[in-house]
Amino acid sequence: MARKFIVLKSTAVPLPIENIDTDQIIPARFLKATTKEGFGQNLFRDWRFDKEGNPVKGFVLNDPAYQGEILVAGKNFGCGSSREHAAWAIADYGFKAVVSSFFADIHKNNELNNFVLPVVVSEDFLSELFQSINEDPTTEITIDLPNQLITNEATGKSQTFEINPYKKECLMEGLDDIEYLLKNRKEIEDFEEKRKQEWN
Amino acid sequence: MGKTLFDKVWDAHVVKKIESGPDQLYIDRHYCHEVTSPQAFDSLRKRGLKVFRPDKTFCSPDHNIPTKDQHLPIKDESSRIPVETLTMNAKEFGLTLFPLCDPRNGIIHVIGPEQGLTLPGTTIVCGDSHTSTHGALGAIAFGIGTSEIEMVLASQCVLQPKPKSMRIKINGELQPGVTSKDMALYLISKLGTGGATGYFVEFAGDAVKGLNLEQRMTLCNLSIEMGARGGMIAPDETTFEYLKNKPYSPKGEEWDKHLKYWRSLPSDEDAKFDCEIEFDAKDIEPRITFGTNPGMGIGVTQKIPAKPGNPTSVVSYLKALDYMGFQEAQSLEGVPVDYVFLGSCTNGRIQDFRDFASIVKGRRKAEGLTAWLVPGSRKVLQQIKDEGLDKVLEEAGFEIREPGCSACLAMNEDKVPSGKLCVSTSNRNFEGRQGPGARTILAGPLLAAATAVTGVITDPRKFI
Repeated sequence: MARKFIVLKSTAVPLPIENIDTDQIIPARFLKATTKEGFGQNLFRDWRFDKEGNPVKGFVLNDPAYQGEILVAGKNFGCGSSREHAAWAIADYGFKAVVSSFFADIHKNNELNNFVLPVVVSEDFLSELFQSINEDPTTEITIDLPNQLITNEATGKSQTFEINPYKKECLMEGLDDIEYLLKNRKEIEDFEEKRKQEWN
Repeated sequence: MGKTLFDKVWDAHVVKKIESGPDQLYIDRHYCHEVTSPQAFDSLRKRGLKVFRPDKTFCSPDHNIPTKDQHLPIKDESSRIPVETLTMNAKEFGLTLFPLCDPRNGIIHVIGPEQGLTLPGTTIVCGDSHTSTHGALGAIAFGIGTSEIEMVLASQCVLQPKPKSMRIKINGELQPGVTSKDMALYLISKLGTGGATGYFVEFAGDAVKGLNLEQRMTLCNLSIEMGARGGMIAPDETTFEYLKNKPYSPKGEEWDKHLKYWRSLPSDEDAKFDCEIEFDAKDIEPRITFGTNPGMGIGVTQKIPAKPGNPTSVVSYLKALDYMGFQEAQSLEGVPVDYVFLGSCTNGRIQDFRDFASIVKGRRKAEGLTAWLVPGSRKVLQQIKDEGLDKVLEEAGFEIREPGCSACLAMNEDKVPSGKLCVSTSNRNFEGRQGPGARTILAGPLLAAATAVTGVITDPRKFI
């Protein structure tokens, strides 16, 4: 599933709610699968479908006006449980980036480890994004990873975003951390040996 | 310059610093449950890898297990499969497993400390956000995702940017009727659910030092609910006393060596934190939540606060109140409750059962109220019996179930029905957390007990 992320230009799906927790992204009862596939169909399950399984009118994922590979969400996105199923659901649904003014730590790592780019923008930039998408659902957003730049194409306004250089390279090259760590086994063994000697 | 407790432990575990990247951190203990691990083992298999250090991973099924008739096969297939998968993976990769019905089985965050696996100065991870619990013993413990579980299995390391450090001091003494759960809920309300994001927190101050180990675990358990990567408390005599003679604790000469190291861990006098906050314990009363995240909380005698100013915040606030069926400025004391849940990695330890029993002793469970009392482990269940608390609880009309995560996240059959209101000693009041449509009020074991005997939200201080 390793995918390279360079530049993404897409319309976006807005979810202007704060503190969206991973229980909402994927409720616990869907965590029983022992594989990573198919979680997208239950993304935001209880906001998206009613008890009978019918789409909830008015929820943004059920509104054909809003499409795209970018999810734009209120601050503190992904708080709560460490379940990586939340990142799998987001990726499986087809989102390649999530834009918010603030992410919870564990979920942010989980997105990165699944080649979904979390983009942190200022509160003002986020409010304006919501406004642009609200006024025109075909508003495009450009996320340029090499230049660490996000642009609201409706207003033409851009903002730089942070990402640590190691993770940036992983995303641009489609590499995962395990490959890095496996190359490093000798250093791990040396570390263990050194610790053992210090202790005795 | 002096070092913090966190710095001392972190720095001792850095295998390598990646230039302008994360640290490669060595992990001493990896705990594993059935929900977040199957895909990691699967991926390991696909890459043709073995577990690098199988003696450092400990597995216990906890999320999916029923809390009745655990000796029988699990009826629900969707719960049975993950539990069986964990058993199979532990066997295939040569890992220690505490299976269902084993006297060591229980919620992974309850059994780690009680088995003496969690030690001061160690690094601990688990694919579970409440791994922060183990920080109560002076360990760096944090939750990780499944990709990171795979990293630990493959290399005994994770790649993590070093978090910033925060010290939260709670001065003075907790008032009677106030528990460490109330302390935690108070802090989360003050800081917000993202208030400590990016930080590792050290809890300090007299009110924290005065807590016993179980109470400290409740506090550290909830550090994730303020967004922190983890929370920890400097090891002291209380910690050492707790660890003596635990099954996996060091013994004899090893114990003395460890003790010497552990005593060197507390933050130095001149250590600098990136952020320091102080609170006074006397300002904390028994707490309840009114909304759909743990930060939406009030003292039991307070009213639901007014709408926030920011427009996005208003939407979230109104959505939460609408879900809960409450109104702005409403007082919740006296509101009828359908369910009470005592248990979880937050409040499923012996101290919590002692607290609960102290209130219900000589009283009766309210008519029509359903109470689920779920010990955090087999060992806790045994302690309840050894201390005779089972008799006290049964005489008051309560039944004790078998251990597991249970109604904290309702992955087994312990689900609160849609629309029902539950006062819960667990850690999250998210929409649908205890079952689709279930409404959760978080509280400590004393308030839960007072509510269980009256049937309405009740200030436990009335019974003390």
